[in-house]
Amino acid sequence: MTRNELLEELKGKFASEIVDYQDKSPKRVYVQIKPAALPAVAAHVFRGLGARFHVASGVDVRTHLEILYHFSVEALNLLISLRVKLDRNAPRVPSLALLIKGANWIEREMHELLGIDFEGHPDLRRLLLADEWPQGVYPLRADYKEWDETAIRDRGV
Amino acid sequence: MAKSVISIGPFHPLQEEPEHFSLTVEGETVVDIDVAVGYNHRGIEKLSERKNFEQATFVIERICGICSTSHPFAYTRAVEDIIPVEAPERAKYIRTIIAEGERVHSHLLWFGLAGHFLGYNTVYMWVWKLREEILDVMEILSGNRNSYAMFKPGGVRRDIKAEDIPLALKKIDSILPTLDRLKKAVLDDPVLHARLKGIGVLTKEEAINYCALGPTARASGVARDVRKDAPYGAYDRVEWDMIVTQNGDVWEKVLVRVLEIYESIKILKSCLQSLPPGEIDLRIKSIPPGEGIGAAEAPRGETFHYVRSDGSNRPVRHKVRAPTYMNLPTCKATVPGSSIADAAIILASIDPCYCCTERLAVCTLAGGEVLSAADLIRLSQEKTAGIKKEMGVP
Repeated sequence: MTRNELLEELKGKFASEIVDYQDKSPKRVYVQIKPAALPAVAAHVFRGLGARFHVASGVDVRTHLEILYHFSVEALNLLISLRVKLDRNAPRVPSLALLIKGANWIEREMHELLGIDFEGHPDLRRLLLADEWPQGVYPLRADYKEWDETAIRDRGV
Repeated sequence: MAKSVISIGPFHPLQEEPEHFSLTVEGETVVDIDVAVGYNHRGIEKLSERKNFEQATFVIERICGICSTSHPFAYTRAVEDIIPVEAPERAKYIRTIIAEGERVHSHLLWFGLAGHFLGYNTVYMWVWKLREEILDVMEILSGNRNSYAMFKPGGVRRDIKAEDIPLALKKIDSILPTLDRLKKAVLDDPVLHARLKGIGVLTKEEAINYCALGPTARASGVARDVRKDAPYGAYDRVEWDMIVTQNGDVWEKVLVRVLEIYESIKILKSCLQSLPPGEIDLRIKSIPPGEGIGAAEAPRGETFHYVRSDGSNRPVRHKVRAPTYMNLPTCKATVPGSSIADAAIILASIDPCYCCTERLAVCTLAGGEVLSAADLIRLSQEKTAGIKKEMGVP
């Protein structure tokens, strides 16, 4: 399958789910999809196209939260990033951990650092932060104050 | 049978990073494993948002002390991907040279440690002596034994002098006979075959599902290497082979790494011999708003960086994903079912910044027995000694 066939198929199959499509360069494609459609699109890319899941990156862009799921089709040297935009006040998105075992840790990480809820994740324990870290303080949020007094006191520094 | 939990870690002088493993065991057999990381969480992603694009290169070079170049390599490519531009040809070659020299010394370091865990302390000392030679080569080329500080967005910081190249090549050639002897001694050793074959098998399906990377994936028959799949640097300009084996056990992970040392030396030598003339830096003035992705094959697998810019001189988001992040969870697939004596080498076989056997305490459910710090290594070494005895090898 060539690059164009692959992308046309993706666009055709999920026409109603794709919100925005950006063909940045021969090696990079960004596809914004509806959060609810994530498991179906990811299953198609990971299982159907045999793409490799790199990692996801969560970003707080102040108006909303954004997650990019990076997949690459190694045979074509093509990196497809699936973008979902989430409501900043109640960020939730279906989990991919049962579909892709390699997505387990990164969802735990985004859960604790950005406060995103992954629905259906089997094990949303903390990954990096200490157990003493206060609940509801998310260090990668844009409005996080690094030397927050409660955070310091609760960490016992 | 009563289940016990063995707690390994989080600290050990041998390992580069603290990790905590809980092995649930039934008698001698491991039935479940859980990993806790985060003891070394330094908040570098957040820190990077406070540095400008050039300064961040130095911060992320300090993410890993062993593969210090892989992170700047991926990061500078991510920044260049925002614009997008490509580094000048000579800079690409210099980057490749540094990255491959690093792969050689990183694989040698792991090889030595693996020897130690198996009770082959001669291998340990021998390999680490060899590693010194490669570090000398890196010092000739970059001025530093490690943390080379050669990278910057748009190129490299320093040039390699023409008069240094013959000396470096001579030094590289001088380690080859020792490396050959070492390879022969290790790969022909019947005890190591008996000890490592068939343990800690990672199947191809699991390797794909866990998104395993680097030698961990390649030993399981997944032909995955960023240097071939998405060529960068000078990897598509020189001849080399990707090493892939099929069985996925610890033995093949050793094999892949040993053979990769030879491929890296091949790349290193041909890059040094064919270093093209020209500029080494694009002198990037500013980074436009946008996002970029960069990947580089570190010794342990792909390093992945995502950088987002808002047009200022700092990244607004910088996501770093190191290869062990994807490789370490595979222990869920490889360790259960093995014996406690094998757990140390299976965990070491992915070359994490490894296995903390210090502070080992066995808390049996009935209380009672508590083992001392070095017991996991001792168990592993005793098993090798047992196999030696059975085979009549001195």
